[in-house]
Amino acid sequence: MAESQVLVEAQGLAKRFADFEAVKDLSFSVKRGEVVGILGPNGAGKTTTMRMLTGYLEPNSGKACIGGLDVSKERLKAQRMLGYLPENAPLYDEMMVVDYLRFVAEIRQLDPATRQQKLRTICERCGLMDVLGKDVGHLSKGYRQRVGLAQALLHDPDLLILDEPTSGLDPNQIIEIRKLIKELGQDKTVLLSTHILPEVQATCDRILIISNGKLVADDTPEALTAGESGAVIQVVVKSAGALEQEAARLRELFEKVKGVGRVESQEGEGNGTLGFRLTAQGNSDPRAELFGCAVEHELVLLNMNKERVSLEDTFRSLTLGEGESHE
Amino acid sequence: MNNIIAITKRELRGYFDSPVAYIVVVVFLLVSGWMLFSSLFIMGRADLRPFFSPSPFSPSMLLVILSAAITMRLVAEERKSGTLEMLTTMPIKDSEVVLGKFLAGLGLLASALLFTAAYVLTVAALGDLDWGPVISGYLGLLLFSGALVAMGIMCSTWTSNQIVAFIVSFILGAGLYYIYWLQFFLPEFIAPIAEYISVSFHLDNMARGVIDSRDVLYYLTITGGSLFLAVRSLEQQHA
Ligand SMILES: Nc1ncnc2c1ncn2[C@@H]1O[C@H](COP(=O)(O)OP(=O)(O)O)[C@@H](O)[C@H]1O
Ligand SMILES: [Mg+2]
Repeated sequence: MAESQVLVEAQGLAKRFADFEAVKDLSFSVKRGEVVGILGPNGAGKTTTMRMLTGYLEPNSGKACIGGLDVSKERLKAQRMLGYLPENAPLYDEMMVVDYLRFVAEIRQLDPATRQQKLRTICERCGLMDVLGKDVGHLSKGYRQRVGLAQALLHDPDLLILDEPTSGLDPNQIIEIRKLIKELGQDKTVLLSTHILPEVQATCDRILIISNGKLVADDTPEALTAGESGAVIQVVVKSAGALEQEAARLRELFEKVKGVGRVESQEGEGNGTLGFRLTAQGNSDPRAELFGCAVEHELVLLNMNKERVSLEDTFRSLTLGEGESHE
Repeated sequence: MNNIIAITKRELRGYFDSPVAYIVVVVFLLVSGWMLFSSLFIMGRADLRPFFSPSPFSPSMLLVILSAAITMRLVAEERKSGTLEMLTTMPIKDSEVVLGKFLAGLGLLASALLFTAAYVLTVAALGDLDWGPVISGYLGLLLFSGALVAMGIMCSTWTSNQIVAFIVSFILGAGLYYIYWLQFFLPEFIAPIAEYISVSFHLDNMARGVIDSRDVLYYLTITGGSLFLAVRSLEQQHA
């Protein structure tokens, strides 16, 4: 890939706090136009990595480059190219939304002639027109996050770095913020972090999985979900007897079905129902065989659906380091 | 430069949008007015020395307390709430952040000083006033305020706890203030040093109407040194 295409480059980044290594020898790059998700459990080092990329923390070794500029050496220049939304959107609570954004516009040195127009456009885009006169501290978490996004967007940066942009939001707010990020991803390069799996699947072109400060995977969601494990099928059956015995009997039964690999019990739907989670072998789709099995053994099949959540498995095995093999 | 102004404006607005600025101005006016006029009646002549000269309890001592109070949150609170991260990831130098906040703190104390001009004019109307000490006295108080605000900001960069910042900067300020009177209890070879490092000694000179470059240099050194250390302390944050 041509050099100019790479917008973010981490080369062997490492950060120690006292004697604790929060980030170890992390290298990756993000190309212009990509939407990349950094995925990892809490404490994995996502925030620390982003802080090194944005010039808030100095790495102990390695270097972070934005648009070819070393962030440590040319901090201000690199920072002009990016907009950053730190975790939990730290904002000046005692300021009105509009005053806060004006302040950011001044620091970002927006041309005074077009400043007003620019502010308006961004506020409309982020859905802030109704709350401009409110104190930031009185906003709901969802609006707060929008102000954080607006702040990051004001100077029209090439790169957006968003640390857990949906954490702490309610489901509706999550959907709205994800939609906004998706829209932004159409003309900007986005690097976001999250510990929520569906989030990266919903928004990202590429996923970096970090565990204990180390990069353990760097691939597209498709490639990571394809993996060795096959599709996951959820089944709910009405129990014909004591739940525990029934569950054990059915597990054995399902395991014998052609194309089914691992079988796990899971929560049913209550009312004497049993849930199962079956992992298909390879690329097979054993749903027809399962249906046949149910008919043959006179099982009351209440629900059967196939999902592709094996990214969860990939994630778990990569971040817990106790990868169970499912062939 | 624009960045410094943006920070100063934001902090000044913070002071004036809240009761802080009014409390500072009113308390300073009341206390210094009371001190000035009570001694004026006792002495019975138009003399502003009680206003400008440091004494164990004088308007300048009140400035020591007020400066610690108005600077304690300037950096500590930003550190605590995380807005410092937002600020330092914007294209702004640490020195611009510190200078902007310094100018806001000094601006607030300067406006409190400005209102005391009413007292000066009153005293001038009462009798023949020597304007030399008034001018050098105000210059002294302004330089004195600058030094204390700078020290307060330095203390505020050291912690994320405002109360800690207040206590440390008050102890530092009051220590440098009272050491002027404590020097008589100190061994002979330390006394001149104690006198020289005291913020009150230099103010006393200026209140007498003498603008000596050594006094001015002293305040500028304290101010510059404290601001320098404050910037260094913010830079440590990146390390
Ligand atoms: N300033 C700090 N001082 C000491 N330890 C820290 C500091 N910042 C982060 N850590 C530690 O580094 C690890 C990684 O933290 P972080 O990058 O915030 O993880 P994540 O964002 O993935 O949840 C955590 O164990 C955290 O406790
Ligand atoms: Mg984090």
